[in-house]
Amino acid sequence: MEQIGVLIVNRKTNEVLLEVEGLHKKYDGITVLEDINLSINKGEVVVILGPSGCGKSTLLRCLNGLEKIQGGDIRFHGKSIVSKDVNWQEIRQRIGMVFQNYELFPHMTVIENIILGPVKVQKRNKSEVLEQARQMLDRVGLLDRQNSYPRQLSGGQKQRIAIVRALCMNPEIMLFDEVTASLDPEMVREVLDVILGLAKQGITMLIVTHEMSFARAVADRIVFIDEAKICEITDSHEFFTKPKTERAQHFLNIFQY
Amino acid sequence: MKLNWQFILDSLPLYRDAAWITLKLGFWGILFSLAIGLICSIAQYFRVKLLRSIVQVYIELSRNTPLLIQLFFLYFGLTKLGIALSENTCAIIGLSFLGGSYMAEAFRSGLEAVSRSQIESGLSIGLSRAQLVRYVILPQAFSVGIPSIGANCIFLLKETSIVGAIAVVDLMNVTKDLIGMYYQTFEALFMLVAVYLIMILPLSIFLTWLERKVRYAEFGNQGSV
Amino acid sequence: MQSLGIRVLFNVKNIRRLLEGLMVTARIAFISILIGSLLGVVLGVIWTAKRKWIRSICRIYLEMFRIIPIFVWLFVMYFGGTTALNVDLSGETVSIIVFTLWGTAEMGDIVRGALKSLPQHQVESGKAIGLGFWELYRYILIPQAVRRMLPGAINLATRMIKTTSLVVLIGVIDVIKVGQQIIEYSRIEIPTASFWVYGFVFILYFAVCYPLSKLSRMLENKWNR
Repeated sequence: MEQIGVLIVNRKTNEVLLEVEGLHKKYDGITVLEDINLSINKGEVVVILGPSGCGKSTLLRCLNGLEKIQGGDIRFHGKSIVSKDVNWQEIRQRIGMVFQNYELFPHMTVIENIILGPVKVQKRNKSEVLEQARQMLDRVGLLDRQNSYPRQLSGGQKQRIAIVRALCMNPEIMLFDEVTASLDPEMVREVLDVILGLAKQGITMLIVTHEMSFARAVADRIVFIDEAKICEITDSHEFFTKPKTERAQHFLNIFQY
Repeated sequence: MKLNWQFILDSLPLYRDAAWITLKLGFWGILFSLAIGLICSIAQYFRVKLLRSIVQVYIELSRNTPLLIQLFFLYFGLTKLGIALSENTCAIIGLSFLGGSYMAEAFRSGLEAVSRSQIESGLSIGLSRAQLVRYVILPQAFSVGIPSIGANCIFLLKETSIVGAIAVVDLMNVTKDLIGMYYQTFEALFMLVAVYLIMILPLSIFLTWLERKVRYAEFGNQGSV
Repeated sequence: MQSLGIRVLFNVKNIRRLLEGLMVTARIAFISILIGSLLGVVLGVIWTAKRKWIRSICRIYLEMFRIIPIFVWLFVMYFGGTTALNVDLSGETVSIIVFTLWGTAEMGDIVRGALKSLPQHQVESGKAIGLGFWELYRYILIPQAVRRMLPGAINLATRMIKTTSLVVLIGVIDVIKVGQQIIEYSRIEIPTASFWVYGFVFILYFAVCYPLSKLSRMLENKWNR
């Protein structure tokens, strides 16, 4: 495992942004998530680890309202967001999500993809949004591609733009669902660097990933999920040196040759 | 085979008028078909319960029966029940009835081609349902559906050749009359084929060009073709 | 008055004549589909030739039937063919010729598409495990080609059956013509006969075409990876 380096800065504040309590989720009669309890503070970076199929992605999708839950509660800024009449459109502007398959809109250019949300949904001033979008594109090194179409870009470039698109909505918390899983190995680094940069800026993030050394470098806390249940929640440096549970240790051993 | 060119020249006005009627009927038929098709596909896509079953039945009935019978039924059959419609009206109704189901299928395949993940992507940046349809679903559905819609338009235009059976003064009837009256068989048939070629060939070429252009726009991103 | 109208369908003489007309329609459809399919396979194989001029000729052949309506071809063959060859071609003969030519063209396109879409690496893996020429064809290529062809072929057959309705317009005494004769005959006694007779023919076509199109869709779903 190559070491990327460890971020020592403690960005975690005391303000609780997102709380999950007793969450249950079933899929086709099979329990995919059971009794999940978790809280995320502002400024924190929490990484969710676990074997494939244990429900990590599903948890993220529940937090964004893309999946319905059968039990438990999710609270954003203290208010429950699982009732029927909750306005997901409004909430999704404050919870940003980046997907494994980037899913940029193929019929729009890069810049159009990015400003669609802020301009049409948040009704912000177009030139102000363009300014912000271009600044962010510059930060990830893709300003010269602002008028390209997604089909002209590589996977790594598309994913970085997907991140910019989500960020331009100025969300309070960012969800990352295995965002490097579909990329060729050489492109993984450029995307992870972007996320590391965001961590340095103090953006609150919940990340699902398989990249172990990345997780170690970026996370404040690790949530380890195995077989639909949370196995342990540990501070990052402690988890990788001496995890609390045997299952977690077993999992970490898989990545050592 | 020597053609009587003078006869052909003299018959031009007749063919022109008939072609005009054919185009007019085709135009209205296509227009109503698009409208019907759009409504049907939306009912199917958004799963409007009762409408969906009606649409299914409609599509099966209109696609599995010949246009000629539908026209006969409308023109001769309904007359006996007291509903008298002009032959042009019957033609348009018949074409729309048939075309509507073909368009519905074209629209539906376009709508279904927009993947679930695209929709989730749109939702994740806070788009409302209406905005989702307008900015994400429709543009993509359109490019996928255009080849089928174009092909349906050409199909309907060709089907207009049948409306002569219910006494519309169209190209087929003009040809038949000319042959019957003047025995200039080859000239009349020549004109008939020529007129249809002129009407449909440009459309077909345009459609092929459009298809290629649209496919290029989607290629690489959808990974299909 | 309606309940009296339907008895036009229950008259034994009428039923017998309708069935005779049906036989004519069935004959035309059956022969055209059979010969068209066989010749179409041959055409399809030829179409995959390496030389561009061979493929262009095949393409033009197909486009002639895609651009000019079938009804126009029936006209051309019926009036033009009779005059040109100085032989009295019956409507039935002309129909079979036109439909066979059309079926061959369309089938050729379907076969060509199926052959072209066969994955090359399957042939390579077959060779890698030591399959010979005939075994390759029998176990790998032909089953897969058939799967890709069948839905399209059934769809073509359905379209041809629907189009046989047009033969009444060039004088063939098919089921529609018989129906019209019955309507004319019963005009005084049963004024609403046309509604019932055309309705009957409508249901007849539906009863044949609907199962076929369902079969085609079922096969397509079953074999679509």
